[in-house]
Amino acid sequence: MKIINLDHISSKPLFPEVKEAMIDAIERDYHNPSSQHKAGEAAAEALENARESVAQLINCATSKEIVFTSGGTESVNHAIKGVAMANAEKGKHIVTSNIEHNAVIRSLRRLKAAGFKVTSLSVDASGRVSPQEVADAITDETVLVSIMHSNNETGTIQPIEDIGKIAREKKVIFHTDAVDSVGVVPIDVQDLNVDLLSFASNTFYGPTGVGGLYIRRGTRVFPLLDGGVQENNKRAGAENLIGIIGMGKAAELAKRDLKPRLNHLKNLKSKLLAELPNYIDEYILNTHPKFSLPNLVSLSIQYIEGESVMLMLDDDDIAVSTRSACATGSLRASHVLLSLGLSHADAQGTLVISFGIDNTEEDILSFLSSLKGIVTTLRDISPLYSKARLI
Amino acid sequence: MYNKTVMDHFRNPRNVGVIEDADGIGEVGNPLCGDMMTIYLRIGDECIEDIKFQTFGCGSAIAVSSMLTEIAKGKSIEDAKKITNKDVAEALEGLPKNKLHCSNLGADALQMAIKDYEDKKAGITRPEAKRKDQHEHSHGDKCYCPYCDIELSEDATFCDACQSSLEEEH
Repeated sequence: MKIINLDHISSKPLFPEVKEAMIDAIERDYHNPSSQHKAGEAAAEALENARESVAQLINCATSKEIVFTSGGTESVNHAIKGVAMANAEKGKHIVTSNIEHNAVIRSLRRLKAAGFKVTSLSVDASGRVSPQEVADAITDETVLVSIMHSNNETGTIQPIEDIGKIAREKKVIFHTDAVDSVGVVPIDVQDLNVDLLSFASNTFYGPTGVGGLYIRRGTRVFPLLDGGVQENNKRAGAENLIGIIGMGKAAELAKRDLKPRLNHLKNLKSKLLAELPNYIDEYILNTHPKFSLPNLVSLSIQYIEGESVMLMLDDDDIAVSTRSACATGSLRASHVLLSLGLSHADAQGTLVISFGIDNTEEDILSFLSSLKGIVTTLRDISPLYSKARLI
Repeated sequence: MYNKTVMDHFRNPRNVGVIEDADGIGEVGNPLCGDMMTIYLRIGDECIEDIKFQTFGCGSAIAVSSMLTEIAKGKSIEDAKKITNKDVAEALEGLPKNKLHCSNLGADALQMAIKDYEDKKAGITRPEAKRKDQHEHSHGDKCYCPYCDIELSEDATFCDACQSSLEEEH
């Protein structure tokens, strides 16, 4: 049974070359990279090669600016809590946005309990933060601005370069959660004017459970994990070398193939957006028409609920993600969609379709024809739909 | 996630639709809590001769609506009044615990529709808006941590299992 994966935002397949590199690493049975004997040195060399590949993917000044972590969540926690702890003497104010990932929101919630004040900026109807509002929110007490590069629910990309300029002028540390961007769209930490940038390996077809944090030289940030002197004293604990080697390989391929991948994804997205009105009506697109990821479309289908759609698509062997409150543990509508001004009912009908380089145009068409029937079935059951017809 | 019975009622829901000039109508829920359900009754000889539903909601809400109509169909008004949320959940052979609140909606809608019928019969007319029950979102009879789904006491201010503060979320 072949499942059409249109839920790449949740998980991407490992690339064959990445798999090979990891199997090779297992077979080499590397020693501890911190050990000073020959066996340790071989491991250290593999570790540093991977760091170099990752550094090149985002154009670091030196590979020393990369700290390997257990993934995007740890990177975000490290950046936010590490900067807050290291700079608390200067001030206890942080600026962020209303549409951040829970890794950011809950890290900040933790800091609030420790006396930090957080200004959370709203987004406009298109889902973007205003750089001017960031500038206005910064005070003498501000030690950190944290705004995500792209949103995991809508795919909308924020004006990071402009926000970075402002943060730099005001001498405030700037972190961006780029977990869904690195390896998908071109990311250059020099152009973006960021001090810290979080990313994850699975976004560019590397293994899960490994990621990294870019820390610009000279940025004051404490480690999240204390212990040994690994990672230049920035992250204690013996490295997940097999995972890191996999990420290094994935980064190398992502840099090499960025353009063809981007073109392929853009074509799939254009196809989906162009064909959509031929299959269903009465929907809202939550994805910015210009500033958005090439691999994600967020769609609120009116009068029906997203989990039902997701389950019926699953029956047809098509995997998508939904932002319906019913499908999440919290039973609450998505904070991101409500921030865009969507009604609760419309937020309930939201699907996130995210594709990868392994998808084809046929996959998009299979999805659309399946979706068409499902929308009709569910609208026939929906009291909201029949009421809307009466008005 | 769902068992076979739930999936069957979700994929092939029974008694979907509207009864024109229904003898009783019950409408519960609001999109805030995720689900909305309308139950239509045709009553003859104090029995439910026909029952239909319309539901906006997740797989579990649709399955609950369908199963509820199956249980209620043909029953006398007196017997139908005894149908509880638990009966529906049991007939479905169980629902995931964070979906149990969906089963409340079903029995609530049925009881409202019966009350609507009895009110009409007694000549009590209520304004249209009053017919809408304000379904309280209760997560079922019990509370669960929104982060880790562990059962909580109602007055918990934080979750023991995951140490999340619950003041905002509970």
